[in-house]
Amino acid sequence: MEIKVTEPAPLAMEWRQKKKEKPIAEKIVEGIIKTGGVSCIVLIAAILFFILKESYPFLVGAFNFKEFFFSEEWYPASVVKIRYGILALLAGTVLVTIISMLIAVPLGLACAFYISEFCSPKVREIYKILIEFLAAIPSVVWGFIAIMMINPTIINLFDVPIGLNILNASIILALMSLPLIISVGEDALRAVPETYREAAEAMGATKWEVATRVLLPAAKNGLMAAALLGVGRVLGETMAVLMATGHSIQIPNSIFEPGRTLTATIAAELGESPKGGEHYQALFAIGLVLFCLSFIVNLTADFLIRGRRQ
Amino acid sequence: MKKLLLVLMILIVSACSQKSDTVIIQNKGSDTLVNLAQAWAEEYKNINTKVALAVSGGGSGTGIAALINGTVDIANSSRAIKPEERDEAKKNTGNDVKEFIVGMDALAVFIHPSNPITGLSLEEVACIYGEGGKCTHWSDIRGTVVPGCKDNKIIRVSRQSNSGTYQYFREAILGKKKDLKLGSMDLNGSRESIDLVEKTPCAIGYSGMGYLNPRVRAVCIQKTSNSDCIEPTVKTAMDKSYPISRELYMYTSGNPSEMVQAYLDWTQSDRAHEITVKAGYVPAPKR
Repeated sequence: MEIKVTEPAPLAMEWRQKKKEKPIAEKIVEGIIKTGGVSCIVLIAAILFFILKESYPFLVGAFNFKEFFFSEEWYPASVVKIRYGILALLAGTVLVTIISMLIAVPLGLACAFYISEFCSPKVREIYKILIEFLAAIPSVVWGFIAIMMINPTIINLFDVPIGLNILNASIILALMSLPLIISVGEDALRAVPETYREAAEAMGATKWEVATRVLLPAAKNGLMAAALLGVGRVLGETMAVLMATGHSIQIPNSIFEPGRTLTATIAAELGESPKGGEHYQALFAIGLVLFCLSFIVNLTADFLIRGRRQ
Repeated sequence: MKKLLLVLMILIVSACSQKSDTVIIQNKGSDTLVNLAQAWAEEYKNINTKVALAVSGGGSGTGIAALINGTVDIANSSRAIKPEERDEAKKNTGNDVKEFIVGMDALAVFIHPSNPITGLSLEEVACIYGEGGKCTHWSDIRGTVVPGCKDNKIIRVSRQSNSGTYQYFREAILGKKKDLKLGSMDLNGSRESIDLVEKTPCAIGYSGMGYLNPRVRAVCIQKTSNSDCIEPTVKTAMDKSYPISRELYMYTSGNPSEMVQAYLDWTQSDRAHEITVKAGYVPAPKR
């Protein structure tokens, strides 16, 4: 669709002339913005290149597709036979992500609805400060909470031998991703025009009806983005999951069994593997897998949101 | 822990830059030894103000690699240098590597205080931790029943597989030709291992003796099933009667310079030994 402008209004004419007078300043600003945009892409490309470069010798050397993806034996420092199988780590990452999202998304979105729609402005301010405080807790502290508090609680509550397990990590990760989900979700709800609420209320809808029938569909994309940002947060978290999952190489049969994630493996082992060695390269290959995983999540998110719009 | 070390390093580096006439000794390597080396460096600052030690970790392998490349004055290591590393260093720097035993470290095996076991033989430890070992429940160890432990299942607490502590533990209990079982909780620090065992009745763990606290119970270790059960103490580690103890080394390339030699001599003084014990390690036996 094209809009034809036959004769610009006098004010616009004036503005255009002014614009022509300062082409240099505008070019500079344009340049800065362009650099900002391009640098984003360059950075991502550079990260991908770096990961590929570091993992390349492993990928063409000791890498064995079947072993790498379908074996749960991760034995990078074995004295018998060195094996690089990431199946157990992959299972841990996927399981922890799914379960923590099952906890965090309903809780986070409910909280976003409450803060945005149901509570008084004064209470809202208090909650927002508290939630920001929740976001400021470092992940090592979360890990410590997982070991010292949630671990014995799970042992006592569910009568299981160990409290550092998938459930523990999922709870911790849910708590860690909540601030993000809540604040992005709340922003999405605030972005719904006030007229929608007024129109619905004028037609006699209760607050609950306004929230579920009007706001939820209207803010769907934003809420989905909130949930997916939460997924990203959980997928990338290292220190807290390292401590909370139990960091144990096995495919968990239940949420009460310990597991291990891809990120935690990199965090725990990279520091002490000699730079440029095979183990080091294998860890970068894991990095590549993680990169692909988050790429897929983002791409899916993009398609989902675009699909809804059409 | 690592953050703390970083802060300490920055402090030391900034302290060094203030005085331009001080000699800096580069000291790098083993993460097991880094706490001790750090504590020594702190104290040595007061003794010889002309010398400053820049201590960093990274692992025994990192330290020895730096020694081979000639970028450190002293390499810390919790394992003995391999013959091929010695050769490589000789080839690269033209100097023979000199070895100094600066202390000892004993690995304690510890359990939750409610666990009735008081001692384990090396064979039993291997049965619990080693690949192919059949001991999965506490009842497999002389029919033990651990109160508060669901199913009597053994929860193995271990370390990440490339840490010096892990590798030494593996070698001490299984020899050089076997791996540890998968499915252990591979924590990334001795402190975390202790914290976890403290809160988990089913658990068993290991760490350097210095990390022990009264909320977990270290067991005595029998070398074979009919030898004496030896508690991990400074005394038993020093006379080598405790079966899981190892030497901690510092290596220099060629004969150390006067400054470095003076420091290495000082690490064997009574004051330095006090620091060693306080940091949880065992002083080297007198030569």
